[in-house]
Amino acid sequence: MVYGFACAPANRPAGAVGSADAANKVYVAPGQHDEFYAFMSGGFNGQIGVYGLPSGRLLKIIPVFSQFPENGWGYSEETKPMLETTFGNIPWDDLHHTALSQTNGEDDGRWIFVNANNTPRVARVDLNTFEASEILQIPNSGGNHGSPFITSNSEYVIASTRFSVPIPQADVPIADYKKAFKGTISFIAANEPGKMDVAFQLLVPGYDYDLARAGKGPSKDWVFLTSYNSEQAYEKLEINASKADKDFIAAINWKSLEACAKNGKAENWPVDYTHNVMDEFSRVARSETKKSVKMLTPQSCPNSIFFLPTPKSPHGADVDPSGEYIVAGGKLATVIPVHSFTKLQQAIKDKAFETEISGIPVLKYEAILAGEVKDPGLGPLHTEFDGKGYAYTSVFISSEIVKWKLGTWEVVDRTPTYYSVGHLMIPGGATTKPAGKYAVALNKITKDRYLPTGPELTQSAQLYDISGEKMKLILDFPTTGEPHYANAILASKIEKQQKKYYSLAENRHPQVAKAERDAGVERKGKVVHVRMTAIRSHFAPDNIEGVQVGDTVLFHITNLEQDWDIPHGFAIQGAINSELLIMPGETRTLKWIPKSIGVFPMYCTDFCSALHQEMQGYVRVSPVGSSVPLTANTLKAKGQVARAAQRGITLPTPPGSSAGAVDAHAGHPTGTPRPR
Amino acid sequence: MPASLRARLMVAVSAVALAGALFFPLWRVSLTAPQYPEGLGMHIWAHTVSGVEPNDLQNINGLNHYIGMKTIVPESIPELRFMPAGIVAMSVAGLLVAAMGRRRWILAWGSTLLLSAVVGLVDFWRWEYDYGHNLDLEHAPIQVPGMSYQPPLIGSKKLLNFTATSLPATGGLLAIASVILAVGAPLVARHDDAGRRASSTAHSRARGIA
Ligand SMILES: [Cu+2]
Repeated sequence: MVYGFACAPANRPAGAVGSADAANKVYVAPGQHDEFYAFMSGGFNGQIGVYGLPSGRLLKIIPVFSQFPENGWGYSEETKPMLETTFGNIPWDDLHHTALSQTNGEDDGRWIFVNANNTPRVARVDLNTFEASEILQIPNSGGNHGSPFITSNSEYVIASTRFSVPIPQADVPIADYKKAFKGTISFIAANEPGKMDVAFQLLVPGYDYDLARAGKGPSKDWVFLTSYNSEQAYEKLEINASKADKDFIAAINWKSLEACAKNGKAENWPVDYTHNVMDEFSRVARSETKKSVKMLTPQSCPNSIFFLPTPKSPHGADVDPSGEYIVAGGKLATVIPVHSFTKLQQAIKDKAFETEISGIPVLKYEAILAGEVKDPGLGPLHTEFDGKGYAYTSVFISSEIVKWKLGTWEVVDRTPTYYSVGHLMIPGGATTKPAGKYAVALNKITKDRYLPTGPELTQSAQLYDISGEKMKLILDFPTTGEPHYANAILASKIEKQQKKYYSLAENRHPQVAKAERDAGVERKGKVVHVRMTAIRSHFAPDNIEGVQVGDTVLFHITNLEQDWDIPHGFAIQGAINSELLIMPGETRTLKWIPKSIGVFPMYCTDFCSALHQEMQGYVRVSPVGSSVPLTANTLKAKGQVARAAQRGITLPTPPGSSAGAVDAHAGHPTGTPRPR
Repeated sequence: MPASLRARLMVAVSAVALAGALFFPLWRVSLTAPQYPEGLGMHIWAHTVSGVEPNDLQNINGLNHYIGMKTIVPESIPELRFMPAGIVAMSVAGLLVAAMGRRRWILAWGSTLLLSAVVGLVDFWRWEYDYGHNLDLEHAPIQVPGMSYQPPLIGSKKLLNFTATSLPATGGLLAIASVILAVGAPLVARHDDAGRRASSTAHSRARGIA
């Protein structure tokens, strides 16, 4: 008891409510659905965690920038191209932020965009399949932390360089930082699925660029992003980048940049970067290298970028739902400065400039300031809004959320977090219409909140009820990876649009087998193609002979099911990659190179039916040069067709399969003789 | 003497309702199971069998393969080829009968329709029996001794983990209405004729013709 008391000291949650009360608020009864989907970035796991709110239940992990052996993402031949970059195929990245697509400043439930920090990329994830459908590499960038931030009609996703680097890259002494290092702000055309592209880039001084928000309403043509290290230090940044009293928020008029780019003000810079797209119908990703990008400078497009002095090493730049206030969170600042968009416009008109840096006017702090929130705690980072006139700022060092009023700038409530909150999230908090019911704290430290698991503890989020005057902690829930930012959307906005299966009729995979009678094997030199079907509860063929040591065996497996929630899996002994999970109507390919002779089992990995355990087969591997002919056991298929024929029945062809047949059978393996 | 207007109208409406049955499913067989909370369903039309949802039929066939049930292939059911023609013929005949208005024809047409309906139901039952009993036991992974899988003609029945519910659908209700009208028409005709005869006798008497 003494120990217990000693360990649970006076920092009992100030805003916590009675446990029964809290339990009621987060309880979602069995069979009931949560009110919100929350998409939480997975940080260093390169994935997105999808949680239900208010229950905090984990619903799905969406792999994006990291291989995911659970479903073969990045291992199957169809998905490998999604991880392609100019550096090669990269199995991992660091995913930090999320941005839901918007229409008129509101979440529209079409897509969510996420960033890769390490090898700069932005991905589009479709919210009807919960799958990454497109990944675009960002050229001329050294670290893509400040990304993705979306304009209010999803015209552009904005991405900025975290680490300034020589642009274009060059072999220069690091000590030439000030002279040679630069940053870029990229504007990625995002509104057309499959066609993401860097529309134009803006070359900016060699600072570190960070978080951003696009404006909305009156400020919708603008985007605001923070920068730090305006000292342009290149060593011991901890000290050397924390010297200046103020760093900057860059205010950028993207409409004006767009016009400049259209009017030929941009230079075409040669640079290679990749664009990967998952084809909707073949479900095969394609990777393409792009060769140049349009580069603008503050000089070539004047009055498109301004610096707003902002204390001190700012992190978040957040725009309130009205579009008027730009709130900065300064990691080392003692106040939260709030800039006014109206004043900003006036100051530009009045040329209220302090100075100019590389063609970028620096506005006078006093001329643009709407107000300062005093005593916001130590290390304010990021602010979200509830749509009722209040702002909520996460405060990292003093580990709390501070609620304050827009306009009066007075702090009205504060509540501790456990511990060290980074971002926080209010559903719709980045839009014109926040659902100010919950706030989620995305914490960095978990000590003592859960059962300990050795040196590495789970990551943690906390759910606060913000519907009343006082914030109330109602739930702790563990998360995967390290969530940085998150978005949440009303479940009703996307629940109904969920795809239940892929249409077999529309399957345009080059190796699809739309019926068991299309299954077969074919050798092309050292490559063996196996066209295989999976349906409850068998593979066709389920026995293959005549494969030789060192062959490249490509299992193209089509899941013939057209029923929700009936994926099949596929694994074969000794494969050095992963399993496959094949969704209904989909074809996925596993590459297997047998290293020794023998008979190797393969089986379905996803429990699909009462006879799932019987869903298995063998591949016989013979020595190189063996005379064992390549055969596939499609007896089962034969038997079915034959039995049907006896009854005078032609087995039904899956709907539409003749439509895709020409496509599907072009250049096809002929396979084993098909009973007709 | 032509039948009463009421009776002829009934025949006409019956004929139209019967034709209407071509455009809607006649019967619906629904299946639910713990793992199919959303249910699977089949619509039986005059000319085909279809899934209630696009892939229901394929999924039902997929499940049926476990118990060795034949694949339900609409093209293999000859009745589905004749039935639409039969319905069209009966509808046209009905309209002609209504136009002619002969009581004898009304009676003949109504009886034929009733008979066809009974034959149709018996035939449907026979198909259900065949699917439910003639199982391919050699290739059926799931074999429960003594178990057959005939769904009910009307009503609900538990078949292993599935509850099968079979009910007339819109087209079936139209057809039933059509048969009721067709059976009712000769009766109404007789009733009306009796009335007319009585009133005409009275009338003639009053005019002193009798
Ligand atoms: Cu399976």
